[in-house]
Amino acid sequence: MLDKSGKLDIKKILENLENYVPKRRGWVWREKAGDYEAGGYHYSDVSKPLEKGVPLPAAKYFGNINPEPIQTITTEIASGRFEDDIRRMRMAAWHGADHIMVIRTAGQSHFDGLIEGTPQGTGGIPITRKQVRAQRKALDFIEDEVGRPINYHSYVSGIAGPEIAVMFAEEGVNGAHQDPQYNVLYRNINMFRSFVDAAESKKIMAWAGMLQIDGAHNANATALVAWKVMPELLVQHAINCAFSLACGMKRELIALSTVPPAAPPAPDLKINLPYAVALRDFFADFKIRAQMNTKYISSSPREATVTHVLNLLISKLTSADIQSTITPDEGRNVPWHMYNIEACDTAKQALLGLDGLKELVEVRKDGYMKEKVRELKERAVLFLEEMLEAGGYFSAVEAGFFIDSGIYPERSGDGISRKITGGIGAGTVYKRDADYLAPVTAHFGYNNVAQYDKKLISNPAALIGGSTFEDRSKIQYIDELDAEDNVEQRLAENEKYRATTLIKPEAEWLADGTVVVDFTLPAAIREAEAAAREIGRKMNLSDVEVIHREILHDAEATRIQIKGRGEFAVDLSALKIPPAPEVLSDEEIRAFVREHPLKVVAATVGEDEHSVGLREIIDIKHGGIEKYGVACEYLGTSVPVEKLVDAAIELDADAILMSTIISHNDIHYKNMKKLSDYAVEKGIRDRVIIIAGGTQVTPELAAEQGVDAGFGRGAKGEHVATFLVKRKRELLKL
Amino acid sequence: MTNKTNARPDDFRDRRKHLEAMSDEELRKYFWQLAERAVAPLIGLAREYTSPSIERSVLLRMGFSSLEAKALVEKVIAHNLMGKGAGHVVYRLSRLEEIDIRTAGLKLLNDVGWERVKESFGVRSC
Repeated sequence: MLDKSGKLDIKKILENLENYVPKRRGWVWREKAGDYEAGGYHYSDVSKPLEKGVPLPAAKYFGNINPEPIQTITTEIASGRFEDDIRRMRMAAWHGADHIMVIRTAGQSHFDGLIEGTPQGTGGIPITRKQVRAQRKALDFIEDEVGRPINYHSYVSGIAGPEIAVMFAEEGVNGAHQDPQYNVLYRNINMFRSFVDAAESKKIMAWAGMLQIDGAHNANATALVAWKVMPELLVQHAINCAFSLACGMKRELIALSTVPPAAPPAPDLKINLPYAVALRDFFADFKIRAQMNTKYISSSPREATVTHVLNLLISKLTSADIQSTITPDEGRNVPWHMYNIEACDTAKQALLGLDGLKELVEVRKDGYMKEKVRELKERAVLFLEEMLEAGGYFSAVEAGFFIDSGIYPERSGDGISRKITGGIGAGTVYKRDADYLAPVTAHFGYNNVAQYDKKLISNPAALIGGSTFEDRSKIQYIDELDAEDNVEQRLAENEKYRATTLIKPEAEWLADGTVVVDFTLPAAIREAEAAAREIGRKMNLSDVEVIHREILHDAEATRIQIKGRGEFAVDLSALKIPPAPEVLSDEEIRAFVREHPLKVVAATVGEDEHSVGLREIIDIKHGGIEKYGVACEYLGTSVPVEKLVDAAIELDADAILMSTIISHNDIHYKNMKKLSDYAVEKGIRDRVIIIAGGTQVTPELAAEQGVDAGFGRGAKGEHVATFLVKRKRELLKL
Repeated sequence: MTNKTNARPDDFRDRRKHLEAMSDEELRKYFWQLAERAVAPLIGLAREYTSPSIERSVLLRMGFSSLEAKALVEKVIAHNLMGKGAGHVVYRLSRLEEIDIRTAGLKLLNDVGWERVKESFGVRSC
């Protein structure tokens, strides 16, 4: 499945796809890790760790531990090209996503039937059997790679729901959105048709053990004032849940899609927390899929991330079985690779940071909380009462009960109204005759099997010797229908970026050339924006667009982010890449230190209080040089260079470790030179090793100041220990 | 579509009076009773009706491709046989002619066998 550079090979995925059989069916939850400890920390709510993954950036200060929260983490992928989706799925899985939701192309809801082949989509992919099979095949590989099952998810909606459900069941799709109300309210699909189709879809999903997520959260994004639809949302959830149970779905596979509707600068928790509690009280037996707020997202990824962290706090204070993530760039473009990853990391970071929260704090059950929770529940009950008085669900939709911007029973009269006899697919339901038959498995409703064989009432597919659900060799696989719009054509177009050493920047598709430039201009917003586009052009970028602007001050400055395309590539084979630093094995270093005990003195020098980096290089618990038996005398922070040299003389040290973060005016290099010169003056330079480190240190420039070695960002204890051993060998002429 | 005549003020305080005495648990049970009442007629419709998508999904499960299923259901509608079920039409022909399911479906796609099926169902040609 991989090419020689370790990348997923899309051609291998496509190979022999017509015969691929998915490994399994049905939804899988994470496995609780129980009494879990990592890096000396004890966790309460985590799942079994990944075999392969990328820890959080700050994990480097914690021995690179990578605990995994107990919640399933969702990432939504919408590149429009399934072959690029697959690459992003792998990135996301390494960052902790185990629920991959593939967004459908715009307009698929209204496509009357299945789409086939691999056409490119807009804002998502056309969900076809070939693409689903290829993605599930890739995920079957990726889940083995990371050592955790990955749930694959898409949508069973529109006017081809039952067919999509069948295809998903056959192809091992593990979860899907299914909610007839979504069709009615947001896709203007006829309500009668929508509910009739939904029952069949749900029965099929239940057979396949798929997890269902409803569509209620869309009301938040659609309503004029998102939080005012809270009572109605409880009603929408209840309708889909009750309908699903009646179709044979298990409670534990029915998930509510819920979003904290408000966001700062509104008082977020005062609105969102009572709602979250009311929801969980009424729907205690169902699963909760916590989505993040999208309604109030701007072009600032920072702002979106803060809102999303508050959402995560609510997930943790109440409960969430599935934590969905919204990419922080959703307010400005279709999500890019890096923001899927940021969103996964935001969820992991916050959920780990909030580990054990319920052991620390409790949500109050009196006062404001009690009053608000009860009020929301009563408003929802009143909504249902009036719906029944009005003649039921269909009549209520027609009367515009839903997505009204008043908080029920208040009404603004701006709700979405649909006609019972209107919408797409109106007049396309047919009454089943007394001798109606469907000789297949997982068919909902009236089915007169008895007319042929009374013994087969519970197994209609036996009439035809088994359906595709019993015998998958009966599935008819279609490869491509469009000679132009397909994956082979797209692969041919960017072949040179897969088959050669050429690379280009990318945001969503291989070699799309997209770059973002972030800068501040000393101008007011409109001037800054115009100037920014010009700057992009001067950088030789094409299709320059301003994607973010933030006033730093009305007149003084504006922060701008532009995106553009660079029409250039870099040939990796033409680059001179310095070899990775050599690292001796732990055993070799330890053996040397046993025979030649090493002593170092260490400090941050000058006016520098930043000691984290140095401690990491020294401390045994961070994998520092102490673990090899090197004796370390830490003198503290802001130590004069003279004192370091004097201490080295007094303690007869083999080496001096100086650390310096502050780099204004090249003070870090000046201090290196000063230290080396002073050691010369004191007559010890030829027998003491001097090492300088810091995030702004360039090894070559450090060497020019007279120190033996410089270590920059990313250096670890093993690198310093390796250097100490090698240099000491030279000094000892070993 | 919006309906401005629907506008009304928040009369929650008056409307809620009959709920006031209920415990939280009673309120929860009542909520679910109402939800089930709202859903019951919808489930009834779903049991008694079918749709082109449902029938196509039946044909997929019987071993037809999406293209075949789409064309077959269009023909079933044209022959006024949706009430019997598209899968049933194919199954009926396979029994009448003692041929396998795919062969029967492909025959119907080629407009062969419809009269025989309709006759067996007692459906008049339209």
